[in-house]
Amino acid sequence: MAVSAGSIAVPVANPAPATLSADAWLRFRRSRLAVAGLVLVALLVAAAASAPWLAPADPAKQSLIEKRTRPGAKFLLGADEFGRDILSRVIFGSRVALLVGLVSVSIALGLALTLGCLAGFAGGWVDGLIMRVVEVLLAFPYLLLAIAVVSALGPGVLNTTIAVGIWGTPTATRLVRSAVLAAREAEYVRAARALGASAGRVLTRHVLRNILPTVIVYSTLFMANAILVEAALSFLGLGVQPPTPSWGLMVSSGRDFLLVAPHIATVPGLAIMVAVLGFNLLGDGLRDALDPRLRGQL
Amino acid sequence: MLTFVARRLLLAVPVLLGVVFVVMLTVELIPGDAVALMLGEHATPEAVAKLRDYLGLDKPLLVRYGAYVGRVARGDLGRSIQQNRPVVDELADAWPATLELTAAALVLAAAAGVAAGVVSAVWPNSLFDGIARVGSLFGLSMPVFWTGLVLIVIFALWLPWLPVGGSGSSGHLVLPAVTLALPSIAMVARMTRSSVLDVLHEDYVRTARAKGVAERLVVTKHALRNAAIPILTLLGLQAGQLMGGAVLTETVFAWPGLGRLMVKAIFARDYVLLQGTVLVFALAFVVINLAVDLAYGALDPRIARQG
Repeated sequence: MAVSAGSIAVPVANPAPATLSADAWLRFRRSRLAVAGLVLVALLVAAAASAPWLAPADPAKQSLIEKRTRPGAKFLLGADEFGRDILSRVIFGSRVALLVGLVSVSIALGLALTLGCLAGFAGGWVDGLIMRVVEVLLAFPYLLLAIAVVSALGPGVLNTTIAVGIWGTPTATRLVRSAVLAAREAEYVRAARALGASAGRVLTRHVLRNILPTVIVYSTLFMANAILVEAALSFLGLGVQPPTPSWGLMVSSGRDFLLVAPHIATVPGLAIMVAVLGFNLLGDGLRDALDPRLRGQL
Repeated sequence: MLTFVARRLLLAVPVLLGVVFVVMLTVELIPGDAVALMLGEHATPEAVAKLRDYLGLDKPLLVRYGAYVGRVARGDLGRSIQQNRPVVDELADAWPATLELTAAALVLAAAAGVAAGVVSAVWPNSLFDGIARVGSLFGLSMPVFWTGLVLIVIFALWLPWLPVGGSGSSGHLVLPAVTLALPSIAMVARMTRSSVLDVLHEDYVRTARAKGVAERLVVTKHALRNAAIPILTLLGLQAGQLMGGAVLTETVFAWPGLGRLMVKAIFARDYVLLQGTVLVFALAFVVINLAVDLAYGALDPRIARQG
């Protein structure tokens, strides 16, 4: 660098980005796995959005003489037991997976934010009651709460979504509560209170805003699990019902033809795996990127 | 230590009561007439009246809850409607198979997961570490039922090494146990890797190395022991995952356990049997969590002293 007389060249270190989101994006971009997750999720969303144009055939069109056709020129991923194009059904199935996932995440988050904030802020017996209920619901191992709910409500897309949402609520409530508790004791929140901020202002401006990264990461990882649980319920025959193309249901229908036509069961399962992997990678990447302790480290 | 144990036992009681309440609610929530649904359209009026009376559907909710808790405490879970046998007998027939499957999967998950995690942590960013990390990402993302079907296609149909399903010999156990264990192996490996890595940076590990303790002993005695609590917590939670996963695995492999009984009960609208299976799974999970809690006390004297 040429140093001219009268001016002092100040060595400028890489200035830290101004906002957490800019900083997080920088770190997110450097993780190959995180970017891979983002690409997979983007592809999934694109497939769901453009399903009618993307799918080579009508997902419901049967052709019994072509039933169980192996993957080839006409059926890229083969045909199922009714001669329906599996590729098209997988593409349309992404709509079911994303829809159930998104709505159940909303249900779980809505309930969890309400209950978790209530428990974390009110404390006392309100907190005690909410957390005892959460403990009871967490006593049902993994899938069983969703199975119990869906067996009471009956099958179908809507009931499956409700069941998955309820299934996710206890974990999410506990997460929100502990995040609220941590934020409540933080110095900036105590400062805001000391300055006379109302409870509502403290909640929205300080606490909710600070638990937002936690909530975003949780929601992304929950999407992965919601897709798995929906697929599992549908596989068992308790979730989405035929003829709606749900990936779990498609795997289940291929079970009887494992020897003669293994592609019917295995191809839709690959779609589940890719979708879940995408959300898992994205969630892990977001967690690392949004962790304020790692700020400035590149 | 004794007060610690007593306290944990007492804390489990309200959870158990809550679990029984939720299990009772599953039948309450069924839209329409649960009794008519359960018995089907050809039921005699007497049978309907009898079941209605048994379930006490004309009494207030809390009274029914009290009666239900009393019956459960006495070990009376009602009669299965399809088989007309006591639900307790049906459960007694099915639970050993589920215990065998989940225990095998848990041992696999603990052994393979901890081993892979420790190797990854000791040689981070090595080839093995890379393969193990990508492998665990896939392990976490594959649906259990699909993994099971793929394994059947490969190891039972294409290569006729193992049976397609059913139970009986140890050969029958291999595919279901591996299928069920895979996601847990992935979880345990990830968790072990990060907790051992954390511990390996602690001062006492540096001290141990500085005074010349063999690296093998540093890893096993210093690092692994101190990383044990998060790993144990995870294994306790994995027991729940495994029981949930058992419902799927048993369905895929026609394994005659509680999970398959549960799915059969749902399709037969046998809600009394369904309640029984859900209750057994939840009770087992509560007991496992309790055992994990008590094990903390044994592993970390500080926890026991705090009560």
